Amino acid sequence: MSKFRKKDGKELPPISTASLPDIVFMLLFFFMVSTTMREVTYMVQMRLPQATELTKLEKKSLVSYIYVGEPLAQYQKTFGVAPRIQLNDQFANVSDIIDYVIAEREARNEAERSMIVTSLKVDENTTMGIVTDIKQELRKAAALHINYSARSRVER
Amino acid sequence: MARKTPEIPAASLADIAFMLLIFFLVTTTMDVDSGLERRLPQWVPPEQLDEDQQIKERNVFVVLVNRNNDLLVEGEYANLQDLRERAKHFMANPYNEESLPEKEPKQVPYFGEIMVSKGVISLRNDMDTKYGMYIAVQNELVAAINELRDELARRQFGKPYNELEKEQQDAVREIYPSRISEAEPRKR
Repeated sequence: MSKFRKKDGKELPPISTASLPDIVFMLLFFFMVSTTMREVTYMVQMRLPQATELTKLEKKSLVSYIYVGEPLAQYQKTFGVAPRIQLNDQFANVSDIIDYVIAEREARNEAERSMIVTSLKVDENTTMGIVTDIKQELRKAAALHINYSARSRVER
Repeated sequence: MARKTPEIPAASLADIAFMLLIFFLVTTTMDVDSGLERRLPQWVPPEQLDEDQQIKERNVFVVLVNRNNDLLVEGEYANLQDLRERAKHFMANPYNEESLPEKEPKQVPYFGEIMVSKGVISLRNDMDTKYGMYIAVQNELVAAINELRDELARRQFGKPYNELEKEQQDAVREIYPSRISEAEPRKR
């Protein structure tokens, strides 16, 4: 019976890997398009509070960030352990916020300036004193649209 | 006779691509930032701040988080779990109680003339309040208003709020505006 003839001696041909680079490149492009680069290195520790009523920040290019929290261990020698504000890549004072907001506004083109959202990434153990000061500065700078950054929590 | 140039081996191409892929995987963030969206009130210079802008007491729902992270609603201690229901009851005022906010008739598209509450939620905090607690309270208040909108949308249109058309959402929002005021810090 020729149908059940043993395949003696005939080895399987090796699977062609010629298309492997194409597959990997496809993955690569997917990741390049769908993600954004990490822009700043965090200098403060942040554990964001939890919330359920979250809104997503749609356009990343229109968001400017303010980080607040305890300085990381390697900065604690020079900056202490009290919560500090981080703007871009450096520690800042409350009085620097207006300049920061104006600089962020200048960096966007005119049509987008009214849509800028300020995202407050604040550690949950920070006291409100510093947050209230930031809010007052933002109001002075007319950056009224804010977003209290939070992690999502599943409803009990 | 011209010799054919030997083909460049493409075997290492996959390795190069993998390396790039891993580089991008490591340096990028996938998570979409999300948070509680709020709008701050316009800045008013302190000297122009008129104190006589009185709102009737029945129209204000005072929520205070003190320095020990205790929650006080209308001057009394309260639980965080009850806050959402109380805020909803305050904003909706279903039985037109005397102690709860007034309502005034208003023309709203899709609804015709409807009674709209004049209630305002006032959220106050202390200098030493923990940010985490503050956000938890604010989350409950935002949730209360979102639930009211959702219930109204289901009653009127038979659909949840976020599935409505934009005009319908605007109408619902007009009946239940997000009136949470983060109070002006008190002068020290």
